[in-house]
Amino acid sequence: MTAILEARNLVKHYGDVKAVQGISFHIEDGEIFSLLGPNGAGKSTTISMLSTLYAPTSGDALVGGHSITRQPMQVRAVIGVVPQDLALYEDLTAHENLNFWGQMYGMSGQSLRRRIAEVLDQIGLADKATKAVKTFSGGMKRRVNIGVGLLHKPRLLFMDEPTVGIDPQSRRAILDMVKDLNRQGMSVLYTTHYMEEAAELSNRVGIIDHGRMIALGTQPELTQQVGQDETLRLHVAAEADAAALADALRAVPGIKQISTTDHEVVLIVPEAEEALASAVGHANAIGVKIRSVDIQEPNLEAVFLHLTGRALRD
Amino acid sequence: MLKILIIGFKDVTLAFRDRAALLLMLAAPLVLTIGLGLVTGRFAVGGSAGGISAIPVVVVDQDGGQLGQALVDTFTSSDLDELLETTTSADPAAARQRVDDDQVAAAVIIPAGFTDSILSGAEASAPAATVQVELYANPTRPTSAGVVQAVVDEFLSRVEIGRVGGQVSVTQLLTSGLIQPQEAAAAGREIGQRQAAASAPVIQLRRATGTAAPAPAFDALAYIAPGMALMFLMYTVSNGGRTLLAERAQGTLPRLLVSPTATAQVLGGKVFGIYLTGVAQMAILIGGSAVMFNLRWGDPLAVGALVLAAVAGATGWGLLITAVAKSPSQVASLGSAVMLTFGILGGSFISLSNLPGWVQVISRITPNAWGLEAFTTLALGGRLADIAVPIGALLAMAVVLFGAAAALFNRQGLVQR
Repeated sequence: MTAILEARNLVKHYGDVKAVQGISFHIEDGEIFSLLGPNGAGKSTTISMLSTLYAPTSGDALVGGHSITRQPMQVRAVIGVVPQDLALYEDLTAHENLNFWGQMYGMSGQSLRRRIAEVLDQIGLADKATKAVKTFSGGMKRRVNIGVGLLHKPRLLFMDEPTVGIDPQSRRAILDMVKDLNRQGMSVLYTTHYMEEAAELSNRVGIIDHGRMIALGTQPELTQQVGQDETLRLHVAAEADAAALADALRAVPGIKQISTTDHEVVLIVPEAEEALASAVGHANAIGVKIRSVDIQEPNLEAVFLHLTGRALRD
Repeated sequence: MLKILIIGFKDVTLAFRDRAALLLMLAAPLVLTIGLGLVTGRFAVGGSAGGISAIPVVVVDQDGGQLGQALVDTFTSSDLDELLETTTSADPAAARQRVDDDQVAAAVIIPAGFTDSILSGAEASAPAATVQVELYANPTRPTSAGVVQAVVDEFLSRVEIGRVGGQVSVTQLLTSGLIQPQEAAAAGREIGQRQAAASAPVIQLRRATGTAAPAPAFDALAYIAPGMALMFLMYTVSNGGRTLLAERAQGTLPRLLVSPTATAQVLGGKVFGIYLTGVAQMAILIGGSAVMFNLRWGDPLAVGALVLAAVAGATGWGLLITAVAKSPSQVASLGSAVMLTFGILGGSFISLSNLPGWVQVISRITPNAWGLEAFTTLALGGRLADIAVPIGALLAMAVVLFGAAAALFNRQGLVQR
């Protein structure tokens, strides 16, 4: 894979305030990369620099092979931006907003009209297209806000905390939309302070705090950094089945701990996916049917806590 | 260029969807124009017609002589038939009663012996006893009564010129021995008759000044309406500037700046939007007042050119206010203060000629003063060439203020920090 974004030691100071202090990372083409950190960590400033809104104090980044400091217009053509705060004209309709922003990205005519119709379908607002945005709920506005960002089919989409302040249903819809966009080949840089969102969406995560990247990698890599094992929960039909399966698994190497609770066998393992295959094989061998599986990785919240001594939402 | 137009048209759309802004852009100047028009008696003319036309006037000719008939003919002439709706009466008391009953704007009563007093005065070496034409004016229709008085004054001044001229001519003829004293009366009568015959054409001559059209009587509304329009134009441009900072606060400006749109295009689009909104406002106010109040703004080409220049000058001020202010609310406050100050300084409320000289000098920094001067010139029949100086001043104002605002924006950035 090639990198669609490569940030090199980005620094941003506002007078004495050091908002970003030398951040470096890359995003591979087709990847969802999350910047996870508490409010004020420097996530939005980083996105603002990468989207060419703010010039970095020092450092640079290549987006689609173009320098954010020397080729900002080329960079802007590669990216789509979904800002944290709604950036829409509320007195215009959803269709008018999309039409205006599409024109700002050089779209016009039939192709723009067709793309607007596609996006309205994608964000589930085709039947509300002619309503003024000011009449929409917060979740609907968020969806229009996202629609504007992906109207021109950017190769790389920057999404800055797109689920802040909305209801669970709208949040679910947005997360599903991000995954769908990624399946269609769009790379995504997603910032959030919700550990669950980063965990659900991301191929890789950068944990940012006080303007510094304090950890970076896949979720397993990150959790390995803090040395936490995974928890594999196997749900079975009966309590006796749980005991039988637990007995069968005791001889399997790599399982650090086995316990049973009612209809559940709980394994503590370094790699749950590897252990799962072995567990399923042993269950089949003794005739126990596994009804469901739950893998709990050592989560990112724990990593952040381990690295900073603070919770993400402190 | 296309993006500048798109941004500009988007801003015009937003401006005209903002009901609060519409109230101040369109409703307020029209309401104030109507209010000031009522105060000046502008709308007391001819019942519901509204404009200065069809002024009802009654003429009573008790003279029966040539000059009396000439005055009646003047009032009933085709040249004045749009301006005046003249009826005649034989009864002075009935005519005065019609004025008292507010049926007419004025009664013109030509007394018996009017012609003889003029013509015999021309024959004699000394003027005859004064016989005055009576103008019985309706106090509730001051503007209309003033128009009638202007017609009568013009007629009388021409007659007076003829009477004095005849008197001098007869005296010179006697002195030079070209006529005998016993022939003086006949010579004086002949001169008087020629003057009387010439009276009506002389009045027409004043109106014509080289053209066939009558000289337009000045409509008070032709001063009030542009004064109000220009004052609220300042609201529109400062409100347009406010949207620039509002877009910065609401995130649409940063979003524009991360699209493949140059900063100059964004700023140009915003300026174009402010300008276009101002032009649209002025066009609506001018068109609306022309239809509603039968107000004649003057040469359409010149009015159009003046609107473009005035809005340019005002837009310059709007941009400078925006560049100086730090937040949308500051623009709103500063804009309102500037709007009122410029309205007063520019003559929207008090004619500049009534203000001290130093105020008149300061007023030249306002688009209101230049614009109002030019609109007044056009309403009085001026052409594009007559308002070249105000247009030049407004355009120069625009260039200077645009430059100053651009320098400030460049120094502080639109959003970049």
